[in-house]
Order: sequence, then structure tokens, then C-alpha cells
Amino acid sequence: MRPMPTETPPASESFKGWPPPALDPAGPFAAPLNSLTWGLLAMSAAVLAIVVIALALALFAPRAWRRRLGAERLVWIAGIALPVVVLSALLVWGLSLTHRLSEPPRPGELRIRVTGEMWWWRVAYLEASGAEAFQDANEIHIPVGRPVALELESTDVIHSLWIPRLNGKLDMIPGRRNILRIQADQPGEYGAQCAEFCGGPHALMALVVVAHAPGDFETWKARQAAPAVASPVHAAGKAVFERAGCGACHAIRGTNANGLAGPDLTHVGARRILGAGVLPNNQGTLAGWIGDSQAIKPGNRMPAYPVLTGKELRDVSAYLESLK
Amino acid sequence: MSGPPPPSETGFDTSLYERFPTKGRRPKGELEQLEAIWCAPKGWQWITVINNNYVGVYYVGAAMLFFVLAGVLALLMRTQLALPMQGVLAQETYNQIFTMHGTVMMFLFAVPAVEALGVLLLPQMLGARDLPFPRLSAYAFWAYLIGGLAFFCSLFFGLAPNGGWFMYPPLTSTTYSPGINADFWLLGIGFIEISAIAGAIEIIVGVLKTRAPGMSLDKLPVFAWAMLVFAGMIIIAFPSVILATTLLELERALGWPFFDAARGGDPMLWQHLFWFFGHPEVYIIFLPAAGAMSTIVPAVARTPLVGHWLVVLAFLATGFISFGVWAHHMFTTGLPGVSVGMFSAASMAVSLPAGVQVFSWIATVASGRMTFNAPGLFVLGSLLIFVMGGLTGVMAAMVPFDWQAHDTYFIVAHLHYVLIGGMVFPLFAAIYYWTPMVSARPLSERLGRWTFGLMFVGMHLAFLPMHLTGLMGMPRRVYTYAAGRDWEWPNLISSIGAFVFAAGVLIWLIDMIRNFRPFGASEAGNVYEGGGLEWLPAGLYSTRSIPVVTSLYPLWDQKTLARDVAAGRYFLPGAPTGGRETLVTSPINAEPQYLLHMPVPSGWHVWAAVFTAGFFLLLTVQAYGASVLSGVLAILCVLRWCWFLDHPLPQRTVDVGAGITLPTYASGPSSTGWWAMVVTLVVGGMVLAMSVFSYVFLWSRNPDAWRPPPDMASLAVATVSAAAGGALALLAKRHLARPWLATAMVLSAAALLTLAFGVDLSSWRTTGLEPQASAQGAIVHAILAWQGFFVAVAAIMALYVLMRRLCGYVGPDRPATLELVGLFLAYTAGQGLVGLGVTRLFPAGLA
Repeated sequence: MRPMPTETPPASESFKGWPPPALDPAGPFAAPLNSLTWGLLAMSAAVLAIVVIALALALFAPRAWRRRLGAERLVWIAGIALPVVVLSALLVWGLSLTHRLSEPPRPGELRIRVTGEMWWWRVAYLEASGAEAFQDANEIHIPVGRPVALELESTDVIHSLWIPRLNGKLDMIPGRRNILRIQADQPGEYGAQCAEFCGGPHALMALVVVAHAPGDFETWKARQAAPAVASPVHAAGKAVFERAGCGACHAIRGTNANGLAGPDLTHVGARRILGAGVLPNNQGTLAGWIGDSQAIKPGNRMPAYPVLTGKELRDVSAYLESLK
Repeated sequence: MSGPPPPSETGFDTSLYERFPTKGRRPKGELEQLEAIWCAPKGWQWITVINNNYVGVYYVGAAMLFFVLAGVLALLMRTQLALPMQGVLAQETYNQIFTMHGTVMMFLFAVPAVEALGVLLLPQMLGARDLPFPRLSAYAFWAYLIGGLAFFCSLFFGLAPNGGWFMYPPLTSTTYSPGINADFWLLGIGFIEISAIAGAIEIIVGVLKTRAPGMSLDKLPVFAWAMLVFAGMIIIAFPSVILATTLLELERALGWPFFDAARGGDPMLWQHLFWFFGHPEVYIIFLPAAGAMSTIVPAVARTPLVGHWLVVLAFLATGFISFGVWAHHMFTTGLPGVSVGMFSAASMAVSLPAGVQVFSWIATVASGRMTFNAPGLFVLGSLLIFVMGGLTGVMAAMVPFDWQAHDTYFIVAHLHYVLIGGMVFPLFAAIYYWTPMVSARPLSERLGRWTFGLMFVGMHLAFLPMHLTGLMGMPRRVYTYAAGRDWEWPNLISSIGAFVFAAGVLIWLIDMIRNFRPFGASEAGNVYEGGGLEWLPAGLYSTRSIPVVTSLYPLWDQKTLARDVAAGRYFLPGAPTGGRETLVTSPINAEPQYLLHMPVPSGWHVWAAVFTAGFFLLLTVQAYGASVLSGVLAILCVLRWCWFLDHPLPQRTVDVGAGITLPTYASGPSSTGWWAMVVTLVVGGMVLAMSVFSYVFLWSRNPDAWRPPPDMASLAVATVSAAAGGALALLAKRHLARPWLATAMVLSAAALLTLAFGVDLSSWRTTGLEPQASAQGAIVHAILAWQGFFVAVAAIMALYVLMRRLCGYVGPDRPATLELVGLFLAYTAGQGLVGLGVTRLFPAGLA
């Protein structure tokens, strides 16, 4: 086992725990979950208060009170009648909400296929025909104000995608496809995490959803769909990339690198996070990751590259960082 | 009870009860004989001992050992999570530790602990000298202890399972878990489930058949009701996880793709099978603890339980409804809407019986006068904690909320509130309450208060913040978390709380060391003034005589009972057959039926446990030859253990007190053996039912890939020979007057079953259906393998009957063995027919 990194990596603002993201909805799929949560918390507090008061009376009230309380009638009223009413009401609320939130996507809705991998996210933007337009990793970009259908899949083990501010979680199960719909009402970044234990570094498998104003989204999409353009000043870094065999696992569209096992790196420099959320993405962290990702995210599928010299690491990370 | 007595259930004249208590002095030497027969163990006998007074204490002790061990694992985890990005535990170590914490707490602590409580308390509560199969409970204990310790030790070699306590494939398949870590879980836990089932059989038969005369079901102590429903639920639920673990082990070892989507399997099958067991499991753990609560609350409040019948109905309702809630662990898997709604409704409904019990306890407290002693404090704490856990459970049963809360720390908080409030606190109440029954000294009230206070405060400190941590986005099962996500404070508080809780447990341990003195000549006695039979003066033989019970709280209502029982003025004041014995009574009215002659200690059940454990553990480490040898030795030990059962005594009837005579031998539905066999076959039937479910489930995933079954001729041959075998097996006992004929019938029945199985297997082989190639191949071969296992056991039983015939042990004076073997063979035939019907006629027969 390698030592843990000494410096704790900063999380982006989108991963803040306060206010609690499950109670801070940012779209129409998460908002009713928030109301439901508060309703349930209020119900729980009320019932707990009833129990505590009943128990306190049973223990300390004057004898006459206690005699009235200490009969089977209490069980019928507080233990049966009251719960039946409360639970029935809750059930109606819960089931109608379940029904409403489980509507299938409408035709023409933007579709993005998100595949859980050990331990990162493969994100493919789909054409209307269902064909794959381009791939990205560990970030989902969406336009604000309209629902987006995420087609959740997995080819290895079970993962679960949870973007608490945009919707509840849904599992990614080999052999099945689940549809999770999300919508953000405001541009911004929303943190997400794998919620189903998927082995090894499951703890370090995050994702960012980036919501753009509609025009910005189209711009972003057009740039992503284009192949990589590297300036000649990064020729050395590109050479390192090729020499070290990075292309066996990673694709960079527009170059010879066409590996499929790891994340597509065509526009890696434009990403906000690295290693599925363990680090912010910049040239320094890229160099550190390539040199020894195993020290940063133990157990991940990318080997460490101790053979690369400091200069080589600088070159290759500068090259990757330039792929915006 | 007023009014005329109910009609007799068995023909026993209940007016004979009026002869008790008897008058006059008991003969000299009677008590000394009882003491000599039920004498304390010496030397090696401490291991071969079978008396529940010993085995029960060992059993509870072992369960508490695992509680402490799994608790230490929890402290390690809380140390790692106290601060972000710590390196106290490496990732792989942490993943093994959280898997082991859950697994050990659920399988090696919670279920065995409540089962142990039953073994320790039930005979005393029911007025029996011991459980009906004392060697079986001793076997279950040793198998559990050996298997459990070996399983735990896998942690020290880095070989512990690391896929979480519910072991979801494909993460636990050989592709993603190539080591033997997962095999330790599958074989180790699968094996411990067998021990749990053995204990459940013991408890069901004990509660139904060995009660004190007159203890009809309406006078059955509430704890015994809880244990009865508990054991019934084990019988229904555990087969599902036994099947699941077997299928996953088959997939891992032989490549049969039950859960591999690429070859037509489905990982969701595991989730259905696991949670069909896993959710009832929670109530399995909760019910006995609730039964203890419903016993202790009246004792500490000095008044009968308010709403006794509502509480009993609540147990039964919990048992039923809990089998309809399993999919609430799967709300985020994309289940279809209709089933989601049904499971959500059932999950909310299952909280109703819990509400009934909570308010029954509150009403009982109100109608009496609560004493704030150690058991009383634990009972109150349990009530509050459990209600809080129940409320978050109702929240999680709401599907849309569960989409947020599922697999986060909110659920970690919820399940710990439920399990600590619903099981751990009641267990501690039970330990404080019943220690004076087994120990020469009660536990300390002062230390008990400290223990309670620290555990109560620590519990809330540790788990209350976790609700928030979950809503703040922290998923469960993470070995670390990044700084700057605002999770630092709640995690630090949780970690402090865990250590406060542990300090409470530590003080309890000190209390135990200072005051717990079991196996002595005397006990502290009824310190808390309970009203149940377990507080009668007792020795290793249990009570001197077995009372006639006329009320729910006999010690409160029958004022002279303790004195008369101790003076031998009731049933069975001595040992009329000269050996260990107890009364067997009828299941509803508890009318005396016969005197059960019980075994004395011997080493065979211990060796059987050692070799059974050896079989599974050697299989885990892939020492196949040694494993098979160990398995054969285990079977031989079991056969040797059974060999001297079913021997009629020279005295066909004896006087069991007041001139009432009872037979000393029984077969058929009045006998304990018949009940045990029927319950065992229910276990087999449940495995079959879950296999059929798996078959249909896998077919529904890939109907187009299903291949046609073999020809109809093989179906006809197999059906006829299985049916004939079953009929012969059932008829054999009618021909006991001609022992060789009866023996030959059993042997030919086994041969016909073997033939049917052989035809079935070989005809499938000719179709070219390979178990590794498709889900159909895998599940068909799994059903065949299950039948093959039963056929093999049937063959061993038939040969056992032959051996007994050769020794002259088959005859009309001892029908029990032949009858039970006949039942088993007939069941095997029926199971074979169901397997044939399903694999060959579904879905082809539907078209």
C-alpha cells in the first residue's frame, strides 16, 4: 500500500456539503424531493414528540393520568389508528410523486449516455438518432432550463450516479439501461458521486455536472465535437505521450491515440477535475497524476510512470493541458 | 381463565391437573438421583456438555465476543474517518473492515445472540428440563464458534471479503474479485446459516412441544411467541440466502453464469434473493429482542403487559409483512413502477406492528410503576432509539426520498438506530435482567447505569450527525473523503461518539468480569421479581418438578408455585426412566403426550461440528481432497450420533407424578422428531421455491435464448420412477411387522429416486445444454444439483436403515426412524417432480 498524499486536494465549490445538497435543489426533479424531505422530517419530529410526551407522562404523571394512559386504548389510538392515518397520507404523497417523477423522457430530449467505469465516468453525447457524437469523461455538460435524459449503463460492476441537487440517484447495472432525468434551472456546477460501492477507490469517484446557458452549451458542444488541435510548441509533450504508450488506453481525436479503456483526452485541458474528482485539473496536477496516480488514487487502473523524467512530465502535462 | 375448560386436544384428561400440587413427602434419594443424572461437567466434558444451562451461556458469550470484535472494527473505521484523507487504514484494509463489520455484526453477532438467548432461556421459561435436541443446539454452537473464528481470522491474512456485507455481483465475481476473499464470505457465511437453521428447528420444536402442562398458547410467554415467529422466519428466509450464496459460489468456482449479464445472467437476481432474506433478517433480529422487551417492561414496571394479544399479533404481522418488503433496498435500481408502489406500501405497513409494540410498552409503564434499574434504563433507551430509527425507516420507505437517501450516511444512521435501539439495547437489558438467573451474583447497578449512560450518549453522538452527513452528500462505504466538503465536523463528532459508546461497552465488560459467575451451585435468583417460570428455583436439571401453568405470569398469580415446584409436588419430580428426560406436550393446549428420553453428553456432535467446519473452510482454501475427507467424517459422526436414537426403553410407560402414566416412546405427529423433520423439509422446500423463482426470473430476462427441453420419454420415465419411489417410501412403515420387507421398500425407493435423477440428468446432457454457456444451462444444472444432493442424502439414509436392519434395529416397536426416512424420501420425490415439471414444461408447456 502506498502512502496517502500529504496535501489534501481542494474540492471545487460544486462539492460543498453546506447547505446540504440534498436539501438545496437546483431543478424541477430535485425540488419535490426537497419538499418531501422536509415534510417527512416534520412528520418524524411530530411523532417523536408524541412518543416522548406519552412516555414522560407514563413515567412521571400523577396516578390518575397514568391510569388513563395505561390501557389497551392507548395502543389502539396511538399505535394503530394514528399511524394508519399518517402512513396512508404519506403513501399517497409518495406514490403520486414517484409516478410523476418516473415519466419517461419525451422525444427530442437531449440524451447523454453515462457509463460507470471502475472508477470514473464515461460520458457520451448522443445524436437524435442515438449515434454517439463524441465522448468526454467525468463531467456532464447540459443546457439549463430543459430536461436531459441520462442513459445509465455499466460494463463492469454496479455503480450509481447521484447528483443530489438535480435528482435522486439511480443505479448503473451491467446488462440494463436506466434513464435518469435531470434539469438545472441556473447555470452552474453541481457535484455528483458514485453511491454504490464499486470496489477499491469507490470513495474517489466523483463527477461534475456543468449547466450552461443554452447558447454557451452549443458553443461548448461544437468545440468538444471537434478534434484536438495542439500547438507546435507542445510537440515534445505529444512525443512523450506517444512514446510512453498513452494512446493504448486513451484516445485523442485527431491523433494516432485511439485507446478505449481510459477516458477520452481530446479536450482534457478543458476539464475542471482530474481523476474523477480527486484533484483540480491543471498542468501541475496533471504532471503529478501521470507520474504517480497510484499515490493519489490508490487502486485506480492507470499505472504509475516513474520512468518519465521531470522534463518529460512537464512536457506531456503541458501538452495535455493545452487540449482545451 | 373462567368458563368450562376447552375440549382436550389429545384425549388427555385435563382434570388430572387437579391432583397437583401433590401432598406428602417425596421419597428419599429422588432429588439426589436428579442431581446425579444432570451432573456438572468435569474436564473434557466442558466441551462435550449439552445441557442448555451451559451451551446457552457459551452461546451468548460467543455472540458477545463477536459483538466486541466487530465493534473494534467499527472503532478502526471511525478513526480513519475522523478527519479527511487520513491514512490510518489503507483503502483495501478499510474495504475489508467495513465488509467484516457488517457481516460479523449481522451473521456472527445479531442472529446467534438472539438464538443463544432462546437456547439459554426457553427451557426454563417453558418449564422443560432442556431443549428437545440438546446435541443439535450444541452442534449449532460449536459449528458457529469454529466457523466464525476462522472466518474472522481471514482479516489477519488480508483474505477477508471486501465487497460489502451484501456482496453484490458482479463486483464479487471472479473477474472483479479474483482472490479467495469472497469465497470466505460465501462458504463461511453459508455454513453459519446452516447453524442458524439448526438452532431455529430446535426453537420451533422446543416452543411447540416441550411446554409445561397447561401452558396453552394463550399462556405462552411473550418471549416464547417472539422466538417462535423468529425461528419460523429463519426457516422461510435463510434458504434464500443459502441458495444465493450457493449460486454465486457455483458461478465463481465453475463459471455458471447466474449473475453474468454477458452470458444471459442478471446481477439483479442476486439482489432479489439476497434481500428476500436480508430484509426479514432485520425483523428476525428485532423480534426476539422485542420479545425480551415485552418481558422486561412488565417486570420493571411491576404489572402485566398491556395489550398482550396485540403484541403477539404484531409479531405475527411483522413475520408476514416482512416478506413483502425486500425490494425497498432496490428502489434505485430502476424497478418497474407497480412493484415499487407495492413494496413501498408494504414497507410502511411493516412499521404498524412496531408502533403497536411501542405503545403497548408505554401503556404498560403507565399502568405500573417504573423502576429505574439497569434493565429499566436500557428498556427506556431502547424505546426512544428504536422509535427514531423507525421514523427514518418510514422516511426511507418513501421512494422519492430514498432516491436521495439510499446508500448514504443517512441510511447508515437509520440502520444503526434500528439495530441498536431494536436489538443491542434490548439485549443489554436482557443481559442485566437475566444474569441473576444464571450467575451467582447479579451485575452491578452502578456500573450498569454508567454503561447505559455512555452507550446512550455515545450512540446519539455517533449516529445522529450521520443523518445530516448523508444529506450533505456523503455516500456510505467510503474509506476517506476530501477536505473542504464540510463533512469534517459531523464525522469528527461521530467518531467521538463511537468511542464514548465503546467506553460503555468496556464498563459492561468490567462488570461482567467482576460479577458474572455462572455454573455455580446457586444463582442470585429473582432480583427483578419477574413473573415467568424461568425464575423458579432451579438446578442443572432445571426445575425440580414441572408445574401446571394456569396463567401468563405464573409466579405472580400462583403464590405457592415456587415452593411446591421445589418440593417436587408437580410433574416429573424425579427421573422415572433413570435418565435425562423431559415432558413432551401438545402444540396448542400443552397436554402431556409422552416422556422424551434425552441424550447424555458425547463427543460426536462436537466432532461433527469440527468436520463440518473443516469441510467448508478447506473448500474455501481450495484443498478439495481434504475437504471431501472432512465432509465424509462429518457425515460419519452425524450417523454415529443418531445411531442410538430411536431405541425404545424397557419401561414402555412410566409414572410422571401423581399416578399419571405416560408412554416413553412416540412416533408420528406427536413426536419431536416428526416435527423437526417436517421443519427441515420446509427449509428444503423454500430453497426449491427460490430456485424456481430464479429459473423464471432468468427466463424472463432472456426468453428468446431458452432452448427446448429433452424428449418427453425421459420426462415420463423420470416422473414415474420418482412418484413410485415416493409412494414406496411412505408405505414402508406400514410393513414394519416384516422388517426385511420394510427395509427393502426403503432401499428400492432410494434406488428409484436415483434412477429418476439419473434419467433427468443424462437426458439434459444429451441436449448439449452446458452449465457454463447460458443462464438456462446454469439454473437447470443448479436445480439438478440440488436434487442430486437430496438423492445422495436419501441414499445414505436408506443405507443407514439397512445397517439398522442388520443390527436388528428395524421393527414394529420402533417405527420412528423408518417413518422419518420415509418422509425425507417422499419429499425428495416431490422435489424431483417439481424440478422436472418446471425445467421441462416451463415455458414450453405454456405455449
